[in-house]
Amino acid sequence: MRFLFNLSFRYKIPLWGSLLIVAATLAVSAALIAQAYNDLQNDLLNSSANLGRILAKNLFPAMLQEEVWRGFEIIRAPLHGEGADNPIQPEMILVLDREQHVFVSSHPKLVPMLADLSRLGEDYTHLSRLIAARPQIDAPIIDYFSPLQIYIAVPIAEEGARLGTLVIVHSKGVFLPRFRVVAWRSAVTGLLILAILLPINWYWGRRTSVPLVELARGIGDVARGVIEHPPAATYLYQDELGQLFETYGVMVKALQKKRLLEQEMIRSERLAAIGRLSAGLAHEINNPLGGMLVALDNFKLRGGHDERTLKTVAMIERGLAQIRDTVGTMLVEARVESRDMAPQDLEDVQMLLAGEAHKREVVIELDSDIASPVALPATLMRQVLINLLLNAIHASEPAGTVRCAMRHADQRLTIEVENAGRIVPPEMMAHLFEPFVSGDETGHGLGLWVTYQIVSQLGGQIAVKSGDCLTRFVVLLPTGATT
Amino acid sequence: MKRMILCLLLAMMPGIVAGSPTMHATEKPLRIGLTPTFPNDQYRPLEAWRLYMERKLNRRVEFVQRDKYIETMDLLRLKKLDFAWVCDYPYVYFKKQVRLLATPVSAGRPYYRSYLIVPASDKTTVSMAQLKGKIFAFTDPYSNTGYLAPRLMLHQVGEDPAHFFGKTFFAWSHRRVLEAVGNGLADGGAVSSHVWETLSIGKPELTSTTRIVSKSEEYGFAPFVAQIGVSDAEFEAMRKLLLEMATDPEGKPLLKELNLDGFIAGDPQLYRRVEQVMRILDEK
Repeated sequence: MRFLFNLSFRYKIPLWGSLLIVAATLAVSAALIAQAYNDLQNDLLNSSANLGRILAKNLFPAMLQEEVWRGFEIIRAPLHGEGADNPIQPEMILVLDREQHVFVSSHPKLVPMLADLSRLGEDYTHLSRLIAARPQIDAPIIDYFSPLQIYIAVPIAEEGARLGTLVIVHSKGVFLPRFRVVAWRSAVTGLLILAILLPINWYWGRRTSVPLVELARGIGDVARGVIEHPPAATYLYQDELGQLFETYGVMVKALQKKRLLEQEMIRSERLAAIGRLSAGLAHEINNPLGGMLVALDNFKLRGGHDERTLKTVAMIERGLAQIRDTVGTMLVEARVESRDMAPQDLEDVQMLLAGEAHKREVVIELDSDIASPVALPATLMRQVLINLLLNAIHASEPAGTVRCAMRHADQRLTIEVENAGRIVPPEMMAHLFEPFVSGDETGHGLGLWVTYQIVSQLGGQIAVKSGDCLTRFVVLLPTGATT
Repeated sequence: MKRMILCLLLAMMPGIVAGSPTMHATEKPLRIGLTPTFPNDQYRPLEAWRLYMERKLNRRVEFVQRDKYIETMDLLRLKKLDFAWVCDYPYVYFKKQVRLLATPVSAGRPYYRSYLIVPASDKTTVSMAQLKGKIFAFTDPYSNTGYLAPRLMLHQVGEDPAHFFGKTFFAWSHRRVLEAVGNGLADGGAVSSHVWETLSIGKPELTSTTRIVSKSEEYGFAPFVAQIGVSDAEFEAMRKLLLEMATDPEGKPLLKELNLDGFIAGDPQLYRRVEQVMRILDEK
């Protein structure tokens, strides 16, 4: 039984609906049949009582004159009616005298003349008692229902004298054909109703259940951490289900936003941690490195070294210098004293990159609205611009164009650098701003790291979008008052 | 449909009761009483017979049907009837009030018998004695074959006819006695051989519901009688008509329908046996 209740709404709603429809149809059919049976029974009782009264009136003189044959003819007449299927037609008629002995019967072979009613069987014994209980002349008509027969007893009385009782026997069996007709009609009507209602019910059930099922699946996905868009356009109405869908949509959107924020936060945290780590490392390396370089200088100044030693020392010196450069690059120090960035700096950057651009046959289009100095350190901004533009040049196809737009408004500087060509692979996207992540084999993978560090330390944001053969970096920087 | 049949019946009524008014409007119709001594519910042949009589006698003829012999005898006595076909017993009983007109001939003889019958389902009864205490159907207290003869039978075996049966009733016609016995309403009954044999031809489904247990001795066939006041001319005309039917091409098929060979003038001697039986049973 529980299995039924655990079923999906997809089946449960149509099933329950169908069950209710079937039950209602059955109930209506049963009521119709019961009504028909009742009507039939009432018809029978009325018509039989009428027949009984007429027969009794005619039988009175026949009994009075002991005209058995006349009595026989009177009670036989109603039995030769339209046919056996007429349920109103009696099965047998008996005429009883005062002592409840058969005066005449319509079926003498079954109930012979002179027979004692009370000895004719259980039904008749009971009937005999009923008749005996009402011996008066104006006794009411008795109707008695036995399991198989219906008996109607009418007093044969006239002018204050009662000669006996007329008993009309109906078989309940003749009800059956009529009853069957009614039942058949009810069944056909019921089936028609079912044929109309069941498909409507299934359709309606599906309409209601399918969105519910979708919603349940969607919510289940959310619970498992898979956030997708709400099933679009599966439910278009503004009832509770519609409201549920709307709320679900709002919830999914909020969750998606939250997740993006979380991801962003985690990435920032990671980058910040890497920044702190690399800064710490750089300091720890720089101190002994400085010492080592000073020691090497002192060693060279002392002189008297052979060629071979000097060569080795020079090699060590170069190596250490490389370490210093690398560490220096990693140690982005934004709190350097620098002048504000001026329009002139942009031209310098363009000039500096012209060689590289020319080599790669890439055109740089610079579009800037900066007409006066902006309160941002010029050195760092130059480095940011050079890094982004170099990246773009390297990612461009030959004869491509790199566009750089700069807008300064509302104490905010926006830099947009975009290029057509190779896009950033999705798997790289999450680690793009980490050190030593490079799009090609030529770079050391520190350009974007440095850029990120600078932008972060200046309190700005950097974002990247890559797709459809277009990669665009957007940098937002707050600008203070110019120094 | 029912109304149409009713209209038709009404239209036929004057024909049966009053004859054709156009033909003999002024003349007094001849009134003939018919009783259940023969199967008198064969209305079509009876109407043909009536028209035949009208043609032959050239006057209107009315048939007057009464179930009880005594009523017909009363009508004769009151001169409401000119002729009547009655049973031999009332003829003998009321001999002084009527004249014997003609005796029918069946199977070549002017005699008939009483048949003791039981339901066909009764396979055991072979004699009247076995019906003691049972229900018995008589035809008419003035019937010979349906009342007198079976009583004689009991008398002959030493039983008292008044107390032999458990219950008796009169069905007022041989045919009804046959039906009563066939239906099982009565355990036994007595009927005229003529009625039984005629019905066994026309309605075998009726006679087959009964079984003949025994046949009585012969009695003079139920006669045609004339009211005592009927003129000789009328008497002779009527007798001539009946006697000539057997040779008349129109009369012959009518006789066949009535299951008769014809009529003879009849002789009161034929009915002497009834008188004897009456005396034996002390009915007079």
